[in-house]
Amino acid sequence: MREKVSAIVLNAINDFNETYGKQIPLELAEDIPLFGKQGVLDSLGLVSLVVSIEQTLEDELGVSLILADEKAVSQRTSPFRTAGTVIDYICKLMQEETQVCESPSH
Amino acid sequence: MREPVTLITGTRKGIGKYLAEHYIDKGHLVIGCSRTEPDWRVEGYEHFQADVADESAVKAMFSSIKKKYGRLDHLINNAGIASMNHFLLTPLSTVQNVLNTNVIGTFLFCREAAKLMQKSGYGRIVNFSTVAAPLKLEGEAIYAASKAAVITFTEVIARELAPFGITVNTIGPTPIETDLIRSVPEQKLQELIKRQAIPRYGNVEDVANVIDFFLKQESSFITGQTLFLGGV
Repeated sequence: MREKVSAIVLNAINDFNETYGKQIPLELAEDIPLFGKQGVLDSLGLVSLVVSIEQTLEDELGVSLILADEKAVSQRTSPFRTAGTVIDYICKLMQEETQVCESPSH
Repeated sequence: MREPVTLITGTRKGIGKYLAEHYIDKGHLVIGCSRTEPDWRVEGYEHFQADVADESAVKAMFSSIKKKYGRLDHLINNAGIASMNHFLLTPLSTVQNVLNTNVIGTFLFCREAAKLMQKSGYGRIVNFSTVAAPLKLEGEAIYAASKAAVITFTEVIARELAPFGITVNTIGPTPIETDLIRSVPEQKLQELIKRQAIPRYGNVEDVANVIDFFLKQESSFITGQTLFLGGV
């Protein structure tokens, strides 16, 4: 399941690049720095990417998740630091809801 | 030019039904919804049976819209309910119903619509308030408060959605002779109408005229505004 989530997140980043003419370095894969000091996204970009990931998760896996709720925002270390941390966070949420993800590797 | 896709809530009767027919006549692909099935059908119109405050029903509806149309150009948040009562006599269940439909429903539809619209970098959202809010109409505390919430909500999200090319505006109709005001005493309505600059009932054409203006492509520089009818 983590592989599927990883593919969804990386595809969403690819779509984001195409839709908004951005150049987030996909070759860094799960190490892509998304948000924060080293992040490539501004807050608006993060909103668009999160919406895109939520929609793809729903379309492809039939899972309805709210990724940027109070829980996510209030975490000491943001789950949106890198593509990898987003993937881990999604898996964690899915585990809590459905117990289907394998243990995160990060 | 492609046909605009226009979603209107509360299309079973009254203003919503009129707006659905109005935009079908203008060549839009019109999608509507209501809690119960309408007793009318028109070609070019698709109906969903959904409570606007039911998050899973609303999400399922938008999922269908996305699959079938792939986009959404306009959202008209017309669905609304009113309650006329002294607030000391108002049951909590009435408050919850009014807030659910008027505030939660508007929130859910704006959120899901904007998710679709932001992908194409274009969208027009029109929310519904009422002159009962600025006129502080006695006996309509919850209704007026819910519609005041819609105005503030619109003003804030207009700013949040502006970078995506989405405008969000509010129309504030005067009393219009529909089921919504059926339970309001005539004397009360006349008192309200007298406070308008133009003292008459509004009509559905007045409402459509304002919405036409907000939906126009040329209205791209107009957002976060509330336009009250009747000179209130």
